[in-house]
Amino acid sequence: MAIRRGRGVAAVNYPTGMNLGGDPSQALVHSTPTGNFMVTLSSVDLGQGLKQIMAQICAETIGVPAELVTIDTGDTDTGPHCMGTFASRGTHRIGNAVIQAATEARQVMLEVAAEELEVNASDLETDGTGNIHVKGAPQKAISIFDTALAAHFKRGRSISGRGMFLVPRSYPEVETGAMKPATCYAHACTVVEVDVDDETGEVTVVSVKNVFEIGRALNPRMVEQQLVGGSWMGLSHALYETTEPYYPNREHGGTDFNQYLMPGPGDLAETEIIVLERPAADGPYGAKGPGEMCANPQIPAVANAIFDAVGVRIDHLPITPERILRALRAQAAPAGA
Amino acid sequence: MAKKVPVQVTLNGEERAEFVESGATLLNALRGRFGDTSPKGGCHQGTCGACSVIIDGELKLSCLTLAEACDGAEIVTTAGLATNSAMHPLQRAFAEGFAAQCGFCTPGMIMAAKALLDQKPDPTREDVIEALSGNICRCTGYEPIIQAVLAAAAASPHKAA
Amino acid sequence: MIRLAKEYFADQRDDDLKQLGQAFHRSDVPGHVTGKTNYFADRSFPGMLHLKMVRSPHHHARIRSIDTSEAEKHPGVARVLTHKDVPHNVYTILILIQIGPEDEQVLAADKVRWKGEAVVAVLADSERAAQEAAAKVKVDYEVLPAVLDMEAALKPGAPIVNEYHGQNYYRYDSGACRKVRFGDVEKGFAEADHILEQTYRSSPIEQAPAETTGCIVVPEGNDRFTCYTNTQALFFSLDNTSIILQMPGHKLRFVGGTVGGGFGGKVDVTTEPIAILASKLTGRPVSFIYSREEEMQVSSPRAAETIVIKDGVMNDGRIVARYVKGYTDAGAYSRHSPYGAQKGAAHYPGPYTIENVWADTYCVYTNRTPSSAMRGFGVTIADFALEVQMDKLARLIGMDPLEFRFINAYRDGDMKAHRQPTEGAALIECMQEASKAANWPVAEKYLRMSSYKGG
Repeated sequence: MAIRRGRGVAAVNYPTGMNLGGDPSQALVHSTPTGNFMVTLSSVDLGQGLKQIMAQICAETIGVPAELVTIDTGDTDTGPHCMGTFASRGTHRIGNAVIQAATEARQVMLEVAAEELEVNASDLETDGTGNIHVKGAPQKAISIFDTALAAHFKRGRSISGRGMFLVPRSYPEVETGAMKPATCYAHACTVVEVDVDDETGEVTVVSVKNVFEIGRALNPRMVEQQLVGGSWMGLSHALYETTEPYYPNREHGGTDFNQYLMPGPGDLAETEIIVLERPAADGPYGAKGPGEMCANPQIPAVANAIFDAVGVRIDHLPITPERILRALRAQAAPAGA
Repeated sequence: MAKKVPVQVTLNGEERAEFVESGATLLNALRGRFGDTSPKGGCHQGTCGACSVIIDGELKLSCLTLAEACDGAEIVTTAGLATNSAMHPLQRAFAEGFAAQCGFCTPGMIMAAKALLDQKPDPTREDVIEALSGNICRCTGYEPIIQAVLAAAAASPHKAA
Repeated sequence: MIRLAKEYFADQRDDDLKQLGQAFHRSDVPGHVTGKTNYFADRSFPGMLHLKMVRSPHHHARIRSIDTSEAEKHPGVARVLTHKDVPHNVYTILILIQIGPEDEQVLAADKVRWKGEAVVAVLADSERAAQEAAAKVKVDYEVLPAVLDMEAALKPGAPIVNEYHGQNYYRYDSGACRKVRFGDVEKGFAEADHILEQTYRSSPIEQAPAETTGCIVVPEGNDRFTCYTNTQALFFSLDNTSIILQMPGHKLRFVGGTVGGGFGGKVDVTTEPIAILASKLTGRPVSFIYSREEEMQVSSPRAAETIVIKDGVMNDGRIVARYVKGYTDAGAYSRHSPYGAQKGAAHYPGPYTIENVWADTYCVYTNRTPSSAMRGFGVTIADFALEVQMDKLARLIGMDPLEFRFINAYRDGDMKAHRQPTEGAALIECMQEASKAANWPVAEKYLRMSSYKGG
């Protein structure tokens, strides 16, 4: 009886957005009289940080610092429609709607600035810190603060924009299944090392090395949050979680966190996250949706590592010590016994 | 209708008194009567830690504590940690370390961490893990939280020399 | 912990962004760490009622009678609701995207089809009174045979789980399953050096967000209702509520957007309609929040799946045929499962180029908690099956599992089984980086490969 080490790999892809499309989202952007920007949505932040990312996307598009952008969301009386936060769609769908709305608002802002500076709007650019100037002539400039004031009180212009993003719905061909499930895909490859105690069936995940390709890391620390948490959830799914431990038997389902098991802070694997960025053609600044993909490759990688360690295949999730022990016993039993 | 009983506590340094329903949990009393919604009800059965508060210096699950049994007690919650709008070092470390995502478990995590640092200002990683082991987080994978607690300890002026 | 490997795809990227690519702090986090963030349940309103649900104790039973008289007399009880109070009691949430039929009762009328199904809603001044009164509701059941196993459910003569479907699987426009047919799978198997058929299974998984599902409804006095909710999709929930309550959308205002975790667990419209109905009928604010036990066993989990994969592989490592049958255990009602099951069909054969593919995915009804969305919906368990299968295939032909994946990895321009050309592939580069990071050496030729067309 011994602790045996094994290593396993898995590689996956994951579609961004609702399968087969048809899932619109809208955004409205407007400036306040002093050049702050409001983004109005009805989208939901479940904890991924949607509000922060939409502020950064809006700021990038308009050409202002992100702290000047406020996200107003979560009220169906004021926010335009959003299909919802699921299917790795938030950043991609809502981000594209915000870009469209912010682009329209930026155009009005540049037109007002052009009138104030008596130049052509197409000759203007933003410096990203709150000013608009003539390309190649930074001294010929106006602040966004003054531009917004002029728009409101002098020119009677609304610095605002509307954004809508819809991937048209695809209908699968009945006989062949020809269809367009998604417009872009995230990717991952994970290598897991485990120790398996062949006496108890217990598995300790020693290390997890995750390589994720996510289009574009719009905020690297927030991407890290998602990917680290996702990697943990993948390991948790592989080894612990179910509401029906003896499925399809309906009994013995956990009703609290003492019975529904997940790895705690004392059960963590050494985790490494490497991010590749291949921009998606239709992604907001190239971004894809990494939120779901990041919890998938660990599961088969763990299963493969367990086989590498002790030579048994557990093809039924979760891979509990009980299942491993039963498989080890079956393996050790003489044929026909 | 259940009997109402008076409960007087020091909540985050302030003398407070409210009538609560006899048999009410401290969690429901804090949220419904005392207007402090920083402790969260994640399970109401003592298994998630989101409702953690410090009562007379000890970490407690407010969902398993009777409100009326706290008469005369000193209670600290996450809502009371910031002083003059300056965040507590733990709050700052959680924020700067990207240790909160949905944020629902965060107040309980911070209470568990504070109870640890109050007793042991210079904890090891194992101490932190032990201290957080009654708190469930579904978003972060725990590592950023462990790191935040260690960072707060390292930044603390009370840190052992 | 994170490292951006900027050397990959540098030719496709302008790294000149100012506000993006920056690790700015989250604007919502000061609220989270100080306890000031407002989640839906952080509101309380004078006169608020608490809703507790009386649920089925049986997997499958006919309801002979419902007697709420004792519950109604219980001190503190304001109202007891049954199916008779629900204007449009039979619904299905994906009707909004034309995926019917309506197959689920908001409050069970004639039958219960899973243990935990909502039957009677009790509203009282306190949670305790609601709980006590709920225990006094008497439902007379005639217990019926239950089908808990997908295989048993699909056998001829099996008891019908859900009469709204008429058979124990969802009927797509393509028939009993969503089909993908690409190339000639039989020809592929005939040519293969080896064939491997394996079956993979999973059990249901709970989303387990830190905050349980729920809502608080406030009547605004002008015949409008504000619903503070932690739904993952505000308009989706509003529009379904509008159908169930036969109430025009302009009477409803849904407020949310700040949620204590979802993971797919908060896309079913299970608390809002009944809480709004209760608020309308009592004129009082109503709180309906799942207990943790309800979240664990009543709210929809990730479906259990059974996946059969049969592959034909050559000694040189090429997979030449793949045949997949996927079964999603929807439980008693559709919810999002017909969608998830066909998402699986689109996902096979994963990120690999295989010339001959046959995939059938079934959405199967059983007498268990309806399953629904969860992080990785339709894909997570498929990836488990596919990638364990890949490992087995590699070992079958004596090849390194990582090198085996390089041989089959898709590249730009490759035709996928669902007949879309591959675009923006990056699997090869992920595997190259993993090979280095994990010190898992592969032959030099694989490190020179590229996802670009012809690479």
